[in-house]
Amino acid sequence: MITILKKEFRSFLSLLIAYVVMIVFLLITGLVAWVFSDTSILEGGYANMDIMFNTAPWIFIFLVSAITMRSFSEEKKAGTLETITTKPISDMSIILGKYFACLLLVLITLLPTLIYYYSVSQLANPIGNIDTGAVIGSYIGLIFLAAIYVAIGIFSSSLTDNQIVAFILSMFLCFFFYSAFDMLKNIDLLKGSQFGIDWFGIGYHYSNISFGRVDTRDIVYFISMICLFIFSTKAVFSSRKW
Amino acid sequence: MSILVQNLSKIYGNQKAIDSINFEIEKGQVVGFLGPNGAGKSTTMKILTCFIPQTSGKAFVNGLDIEENSIEVRRQLGYLPEHNPLYLDMYVKEYLSFVADVFKVKQKKKRIAECIEITGLTLEHRKKIGQLSKGYRQRVGLAQALIHDPSVLILDEPTSGLDPNQVVEIRQLIKNLGKEKTVLLSTHQLTEVEAICDRAIIINHGAIVADKPTNELKSGLDKQTTIDVIFGNSIRKALIEKLPGIRSVSGEGVEFTLTAEINSKIQEALFSLAVKEGNNILSMNQRQTSLEEVFKTLTTE
Repeated sequence: MITILKKEFRSFLSLLIAYVVMIVFLLITGLVAWVFSDTSILEGGYANMDIMFNTAPWIFIFLVSAITMRSFSEEKKAGTLETITTKPISDMSIILGKYFACLLLVLITLLPTLIYYYSVSQLANPIGNIDTGAVIGSYIGLIFLAAIYVAIGIFSSSLTDNQIVAFILSMFLCFFFYSAFDMLKNIDLLKGSQFGIDWFGIGYHYSNISFGRVDTRDIVYFISMICLFIFSTKAVFSSRKW
Repeated sequence: MSILVQNLSKIYGNQKAIDSINFEIEKGQVVGFLGPNGAGKSTTMKILTCFIPQTSGKAFVNGLDIEENSIEVRRQLGYLPEHNPLYLDMYVKEYLSFVADVFKVKQKKKRIAECIEITGLTLEHRKKIGQLSKGYRQRVGLAQALIHDPSVLILDEPTSGLDPNQVVEIRQLIKNLGKEKTVLLSTHQLTEVEAICDRAIIINHGAIVADKPTNELKSGLDKQTTIDVIFGNSIRKALIEKLPGIRSVSGEGVEFTLTAEINSKIQEALFSLAVKEGNNILSMNQRQTSLEEVFKTLTTE
């Protein structure tokens, strides 16, 4: 698994994917958080990072899909799947290797945003007057969110040998799980059901955790979603043997 | 026994790719797997390397069941797939190092250097695989199949698409490897089988039509010899047909083509016939039965 992880991560670096992803992500969050006057933290007057944590899930929808789209599609198309699956590695190690390589890239992309936290806390009045608990919660939420997106992306990529199809499918699924349930709950038919349908969406749990309330129910939800997509990928990947 | 295949079948949809084939390969043999396109060569190899499962039957590599001990089988095999898929954006050394890691090769650096040397990649090993020509990519494919020093090598069309010089080099390489390893290779080139294989398995429409040592393949299949003969003056066909061992005669006047049983001393008989008739023989030529002909007769039934 580590071998695959290393190989995948090196290819992110050598294909410049890693740099492009990081630059695009930091550029967008940077502009939204500091420059655009409609959304800027400086204009907002409150020492919080909500604007970044609200924007990031949307940026991730396409960035994570772009990172993951090649993971299986490219190998299928190039035939290298035959090279790799006839080596003594289990299917699961291949999947997890690719999964964690993509996740690692996302985490590294997030790392520089800690500077935002430092800046906001320095700008606060008095200095350091920032809701650190909420920020930590938001980061945990964002990491879990990215982990689900990566699982969805890997799964989409395993379904097709066409990277564009994988990309679009992954974006759709990420969007669907992130916010579609929130929207669905406003449909008349589903209104008033006691057990809100928005519970199924990532957005619901993400906003919960963003308040700094790290609840086991939310964590369990995140982990089960990740497992669901990883095992679906495993099923699709192993289906060549059926 | 390095490879043992028992009643192996593979059915794609309603098409039988291979139909209950049986063969075994002794340790240290170099075996050529021959057949027209779509005969089932690659399918058999893909099953043996655990890429696709068989529909029924059993196969063993070094005594290990390919289904039950899939990982262990893959550890002991070196496989060069057809079309040789490679990660084109990786450097040669980087790729070999990756494969070595997958196999957990000890003394990795030394082994990579060895593989680069025996496959003749020394001049190219700093390049990206995508920049290499087909012949060199093929060598990279071979190097990755060899990196863990496997006891069994399965090579699917190792020389396809190479220029004649490269073909000779790769063949020599395989021949050297065959001294200590079991090699199963597939090819369309009969000359290749003659050049490097101890034994040939000919497969057609998913069934084995011949399985013989290469040197027996020519003579064993074919109990007759074909001779072209030109006489000085015209001679009656009936006289030739009366000669002992003759099977068929065609031609008129001075030129004839005849087939006769092998070992029937037909050349001598033709000479004495010519002398007896006061005729002479201008040319006599015994045709070599090439593997091509054997192959043709076997696979066009």
